[in-house]
Amino acid sequence: MSALLTILRRDLAQMFGGGRRGGAILPVLFFLAVAMLFPFAVGPDPVLLARAGGGVIWVAALLAAILPLDRLLAPDLEQGLFDQFALRGIAEEAVVAVRLLAHWLSFGPPLMIAAVPAAALLGIEGETLRLVELGLLAGTPGLAAIGLIIAALTVSLRGGAALGGLLLVPLAVPLLIFGAGALSTGGEAGLALTAAISLLLCAIAPFAGGAAIRAVREG
Amino acid sequence: MEGCRLSVNDLACRRGDRLLFSGLGFSLVPGDALQIAGPNGTGKSSLLRILAGLLRPFAGTVERTGAVALLDERPALDEHLPLGQAFDFWKRVDGGGYRAEELAALGLADLLDVPVRFLSTGQRKRAAFARLKAQGTPIRLLDEPLNGLDTAAASTLLEDTAAFCASGGIAVIASHQPFALAGLRQLDLSEFAS
Repeated sequence: MSALLTILRRDLAQMFGGGRRGGAILPVLFFLAVAMLFPFAVGPDPVLLARAGGGVIWVAALLAAILPLDRLLAPDLEQGLFDQFALRGIAEEAVVAVRLLAHWLSFGPPLMIAAVPAAALLGIEGETLRLVELGLLAGTPGLAAIGLIIAALTVSLRGGAALGGLLLVPLAVPLLIFGAGALSTGGEAGLALTAAISLLLCAIAPFAGGAAIRAVREG
Repeated sequence: MEGCRLSVNDLACRRGDRLLFSGLGFSLVPGDALQIAGPNGTGKSSLLRILAGLLRPFAGTVERTGAVALLDERPALDEHLPLGQAFDFWKRVDGGGYRAEELAALGLADLLDVPVRFLSTGQRKRAAFARLKAQGTPIRLLDEPLNGLDTAAASTLLEDTAAFCASGGIAVIASHQPFALAGLRQLDLSEFAS
């Protein structure tokens, strides 16, 4: 258990520190950049912006989830860290579960904070902002889990980063439909479904990731 | 270290479509050192990974009592961290210590605040060896341990391995270079090639 806490501390230090060269800050900046570009592209009509803004934030969050994929697992596998963990009897599943938690912490909450200035840029306020924030809280764990599964599956492929981005988009569509859909229906049902999908993905991710890492080793 | 054992029975290894070796068997008891020799591509590294439990054998069994440590070409130390902090991570995971005189003997004492990515090949190898030592396992698997080491570091590693075996450890060394260790058993993997 203490070994897993040590690994969590290392993962967090890598994601928030300079370790992965601004691993946590880059997706946030990208997210804000997309939110900023949208008003430039469609014009300053406040009604149009307020109507489409929630969906834009969701699309921006989904695109931002693609950025950290290639750094999630590949460097550690190349360095032999997973082999060394296995020699110490630490299961790949446990390491991947810890990595999922660290990845979400470096990705979900910062994005939720960044959603506030993004909402200001898009002219969203009040109830819609609340729904966007709740939706991101429910949806970002799922995005993190999809990202981790894809990172594990594409880790041994050359050019896996580009493929990973392509793979993430269709897998994230259910999250997007229910998460962004809650904005137009205004209901809690969409948020609940988003959270349910997230939970399911978070439950699958450690096992899928662990199996993928073992498969790479056998490769 | 008492009671560690490592024995393999009728072992075969396949990589892709190629059967690298088959019918391999040996048994090691505390104090034994075994060198696995053979040309490149005969499966020395694969055999070590099978012994470590990282790779499934194509056939045969490995019986191992006691924890195992592996030294290969990847140091598993964080590239951007100073060496001392990279050691600290494994220190917390393993609960072992890095004694100052051991680090000095490996020529690492002055490198602890240098980021791992600036270390040379030989320095990385020495750092990885220090990590393996601190793990404190009764079985050590060394994959080409002398690669990249200068003569001083190589003799330090030899002396350390000799002392390790004398204290009841099991060492398996995969190397095509001569490994001057008293009582070293030899196993030429090319004899088991199929």
